[in-house]
Amino acid sequence: MRALTWHGTHDVRVDTVDDPEIINPRDAILKITSTAICGSDLHLYDGVIPGVVPGDVLGHEFMGEVVETGAESTLKKGQRVVVPFTISCGGCFHCQIKQYSACENSNPVEKQDMSATLYGHPMSALFGYSHLTGGYSGGQAEYVRVPFSDVGPIVIPDHLEDEKVLFLSDILPTGWMGAENAEIQPDDTVAVWGCGPVGLFAIQSAIVMGASKVIAIDHYPHRLELAKKLGAEVIDFRKTDVRDALMEMSGGIGCDAVIDAVGMESHGFAIDNMIDIAKQKIGIGADRASALKQAILAVRPGGRVSIPGVYGGMTDKFPLGALMEKGLQVRSGQTHVQRYTKDLLEKIEDGTLDTTFLISHRLPLEDAARGYKCFREKQDSWTKVILKPGMEQGQTA
Amino acid sequence: MADRKTPGLAGAVAGIALAAGGAAFASFLAQRHKDGDDNAPLYTRKRPGTDNPIVGRTVTIRKPRAELYEYWKDFGNLARFMENLQTIRKDGDAHIWTIKAPAGQTVEVRTEVVQDVANETIAWRSLEGSDIETNGEVTFTDAPGDRGTRVSLVMFYNPPAGELGRAIAKLFQREPEVQARHDLKRFKMLMETGEIATSAHTEDATRRAKQQETGR
Ligand SMILES: NC(=O)c1ccc[n+]([C@@H]2O[C@H](COP(=O)([O-])OP(=O)(O)OC[C@H]3O[C@@H](n4cnc5c(N)ncnc54)[C@H](O)[C@@H]3O)[C@@H](O)[C@H]2O)c1
Ligand SMILES: [Zn+2]
Ligand SMILES: [Zn+2]
Repeated sequence: MRALTWHGTHDVRVDTVDDPEIINPRDAILKITSTAICGSDLHLYDGVIPGVVPGDVLGHEFMGEVVETGAESTLKKGQRVVVPFTISCGGCFHCQIKQYSACENSNPVEKQDMSATLYGHPMSALFGYSHLTGGYSGGQAEYVRVPFSDVGPIVIPDHLEDEKVLFLSDILPTGWMGAENAEIQPDDTVAVWGCGPVGLFAIQSAIVMGASKVIAIDHYPHRLELAKKLGAEVIDFRKTDVRDALMEMSGGIGCDAVIDAVGMESHGFAIDNMIDIAKQKIGIGADRASALKQAILAVRPGGRVSIPGVYGGMTDKFPLGALMEKGLQVRSGQTHVQRYTKDLLEKIEDGTLDTTFLISHRLPLEDAARGYKCFREKQDSWTKVILKPGMEQGQTA
Repeated sequence: MADRKTPGLAGAVAGIALAAGGAAFASFLAQRHKDGDDNAPLYTRKRPGTDNPIVGRTVTIRKPRAELYEYWKDFGNLARFMENLQTIRKDGDAHIWTIKAPAGQTVEVRTEVVQDVANETIAWRSLEGSDIETNGEVTFTDAPGDRGTRVSLVMFYNPPAGELGRAIAKLFQREPEVQARHDLKRFKMLMETGEIATSAHTEDATRRAKQQETGR
């Protein structure tokens, strides 16, 4: 089959690889109909996540048709399903308390030692995302093997087209959980750093949850425009002193809650950010966390900090004092996707959530490498890329 | 005893460490909670007071004690989750553990069960004539609430004399702890999910990965 594979920093290619097979009884095989490139994939593309091996098939946002099932799978051939990017067994302690992204059984035993050393505990598995998180082949491919297919995949009714539901796999629940972790109250002023897909969905979720004001921060005009259309006020951090503006826009109190939807590759010219860029370049695992640092300084005392943005290692000069002295509450994590899929599918069906406004490009799978390049280099206009294995090459919608 | 010309037992250690013998082990187990200044298991001490490798590990499994005990009691099942164990077969009251060694070789250890308390403990030790003198004990205790069962595996071994013994010992010192952890986690996966997670893409890749891990 054809699949997007990682070969090195800024080097991904569509190669021919072995077709996946059913290995365990609870597995299913999907024929991919739609898959997307995520901001998290850019961290792999930029080579800042350890444990990616040349030849790895990427992609963790995907949906498709069930074409094969293991003996214990509850799926049926022909069903259309969206698959959560977090692989969860459903039977361990963490799955039982719905902390699906902390599943104890999905990351193969021999892959657990690396993350256990880094983080004190092994991570659970994710599709197409480094051997730290299992080394499972991803869904930017024609076919994919889905373990624990009786737990994760959600069956999609025929009348909902792919593009409306694809993001249930990751960024929609991620934006939603980002807002939920901010514990939004009706009178709150909430600030969101980053107007990429995750930030945009966090903004939309915060508004649905009843925040009185949502302020979006980025530097790309088109992305800020999308945030504005959702009902947010916006700040361009290249033009405006963000902290000053946030204090004023929240009546001198500060934001009640802040959401970092930027993650470890934050842009900007803060001095610590430049040092961290240099460290990342020479291979010292330093996370660029300038957006998060700014958020911690901007949130009011007793406020809430939500971090859906991904970090992988250590960061320098972290404002720990502000965190403690202001008595902040911090929540983070890979999304517990399985916890949200059913509710969010309903919210898509009844029109509460718009899931297609951010899609800017649709490419054939064969053009995936160009998709990566443009999603990284032309971020302003390339807001979200969908890949279609069946689509004719040279066709771009 | 199987052919053991090749002493490079890289991957074999796991199973061996789980094979079982000796008074030192019994006294170790008896004192493990008394001897220290704190309440931690003795095997988590920074400087164990013994030259003999003693390793221990605990996992919590969301299954009733009786179910886990029954599964373990049937020693033939252990080969399903102990990566380096080829087979365990019964020979009268004893068990014969066939352990994978590099270059397609195997090593055998004969063990007997020395303690068996229903739904609580199973302990075993190697018998005279085995290549490696080892003891193992697995205990099952209730975890709080509905968290299932805490399963602890503690193992001790006395390396054999001679060149082979030294080679095994050397490998043993870094491997058994890792292997105990891996094997227990596979046991947990099997009990909680009915399968053992693998990210292999094809059946072929699964086999290759297994061979790599067992050094063959
Ligand atoms: N927690 C999870 O489970 C999960 C799931 C998906 C994605 N993520 C993470 O969420 C983050 C965002 O994902 P995305 O797909 O939206 O990525 P993206 O790269 O498309 O968007 C990031 C946006 O942040 C903006 N930005 C950069 N530096 C900034 C700064 N200093 N201040 C304000 N804005 C800044 C960029 O201009 C860009 O628009 C990534 O780190 C991604 O890995 C996490
Ligand atoms: Zn993602
Ligand atoms: Zn689980």
